[in-house]
Amino acid sequence: MADDTTTPRTDGGAGAAGERTVTMRLWRGDASGGEFVDYVLPAVEGEVVLDVVHRVQATLAPDLACRWNCKAGKCGSCSTEINGKPSLMCMTRMDTLPTDEAITVAPMKTFPVLRDLVTDVSYNYEVAKRIPPFNPRPKTDDEVAAGGYRMQQIDVERSQEFRKCIECYLCQDVCHVIRDHEENKTAYAGPRFFARSAELEMHPLDATDRRELLQEEQGLNKCNITKCCTEVCPEHIKITDNAIIPLKERVVDARYDPVAWLGRKILRRTKGTAAAAAATAPAHGPAAVQPAVEVTGIPGPQRR
Amino acid sequence: MTTLEDVSTTPVVLGGVRGGPPVPTLRKDRWWVQPIVTVVVLTAFVAYATWAAFVNKDYYAGATMHRDLISPFYSPCLTESCVPGSHPGTIITWWQISPALLILIFPLGFRLTCYYYRKAYYRAFWWAPPACAVADAHGSYKGESRFPLILQNIHRYFFFAGLIFNVLLTIDAVMAFRQPGVGIGFSVGTAVLCVNACLLWLYSLSCHACRHLCGGGLKKFSEHPIRHRIWKALTPLNAHHMVFAWMSLVFVALTDVYVRLVASGAIHDYGFHF
Repeated sequence: MADDTTTPRTDGGAGAAGERTVTMRLWRGDASGGEFVDYVLPAVEGEVVLDVVHRVQATLAPDLACRWNCKAGKCGSCSTEINGKPSLMCMTRMDTLPTDEAITVAPMKTFPVLRDLVTDVSYNYEVAKRIPPFNPRPKTDDEVAAGGYRMQQIDVERSQEFRKCIECYLCQDVCHVIRDHEENKTAYAGPRFFARSAELEMHPLDATDRRELLQEEQGLNKCNITKCCTEVCPEHIKITDNAIIPLKERVVDARYDPVAWLGRKILRRTKGTAAAAAATAPAHGPAAVQPAVEVTGIPGPQRR
Repeated sequence: MTTLEDVSTTPVVLGGVRGGPPVPTLRKDRWWVQPIVTVVVLTAFVAYATWAAFVNKDYYAGATMHRDLISPFYSPCLTESCVPGSHPGTIITWWQISPALLILIFPLGFRLTCYYYRKAYYRAFWWAPPACAVADAHGSYKGESRFPLILQNIHRYFFFAGLIFNVLLTIDAVMAFRQPGVGIGFSVGTAVLCVNACLLWLYSLSCHACRHLCGGGLKKFSEHPIRHRIWKALTPLNAHHMVFAWMSLVFVALTDVYVRLVASGAIHDYGFHF
């Protein structure tokens, strides 16, 4: 890594006698290739990584591309890998990182790089299109008379945890199922969308049975619950314990538990099929995500 | 003014060239410590449990020592070869080797299919992945979608079996208050068996399958208030499942060691009686 770097570029004010400096090792490049470049700047107390990257932009590399927006850990834009760990730049304080060596900032590895620290996360948008949306059951006569659905807080509070998701896609980035195996992107939804499915599956009004779809087409059984998604989540959502494992247990209810199967037979409950669940997904969007396929129709940042 | 209709579309390429250098990881912390500790502890436990299961002696401190202490590896002892006093009666007559081998299948299956241990051994032994944001060691990956790993889905049945063993080990802990020939008493061995039973209960009750079966699988908690209460009580335990998994694993081995030392006469089980 260090061998890949070019000559350090130094801020005019950095390196004065007795002044503390910080070395930022930033990935520079695009789809045609790239390398780490070292930037040396004066250390400033109280900064987060995004502040320092902005100072690099302002003083040393005005052409450096980085995506950011709110600077408060709520927009999910500044996802990168800081010293190898998927993190938000705006939520990583510089004083939590060792400053005796260069601080590495690289783009998220799981997604194609656009330029420098910016990646193309559209894989996630394509997967999102394949998640069957909220499908409320018909209103009862009482609910019609009352003017709408009535729900109790204890019935919806589980789902509310997943509403905290800021869609930074760090969980998707760290998930080794697609991080280390690109071919799985065609049949794997990933932790962010398992959490979305869990949110809907646990919703008291939702009438779609997603279990077969999750297992057969969205690759829930490829997740080997190594909990990396939970470790990197900046919103501290317990993705594995509260979304993925409960979904896996619901799939066991539907497919692998003979006692539950017998209970369904006796009580004559039907089980939703993957096709039935998929039928409720929006008509637009590709049927499956294919690698290296161009998909048009998504508005980009370029304006006429 | 630009409207949404004026916005041009940009082709989006799925797949494509990834950024960053082609190295297994850029992490600089000691990410390898956790997998190494897991390998060392689990290997040590498996090695010890295998030896203890095959050795087939010194697993019961009985009336000759005024104690009623049985190793958790050998309880319930149901074969003909069991030490007199260590078992309620012979049920299995055809089993000629160590009775522990019949018993350990169930706790082994429970822990092997446990959601926490799966994380631990997938990381430490299978390197899929060894740590977060560290490249896994396999060219292709299908997860738990095929045999044999699809069998992980029978975890709840091992959980049920584990509950039976918890009940039996709790009875053993209560029986350890008996001091044959002396009366009722309390000893270090009694405390060891009680703590062991408690940790095994905590490990079982914090299980993800338990949490699901007790209420997690419900769509509407408001229609099942009792199951909701149980689910709510189990949820904080579930958050510490990893801690209980390690504590109960280590302590069950230590319990066997203690009973073995007492039964072989290597140490005296200090205590008092009423």
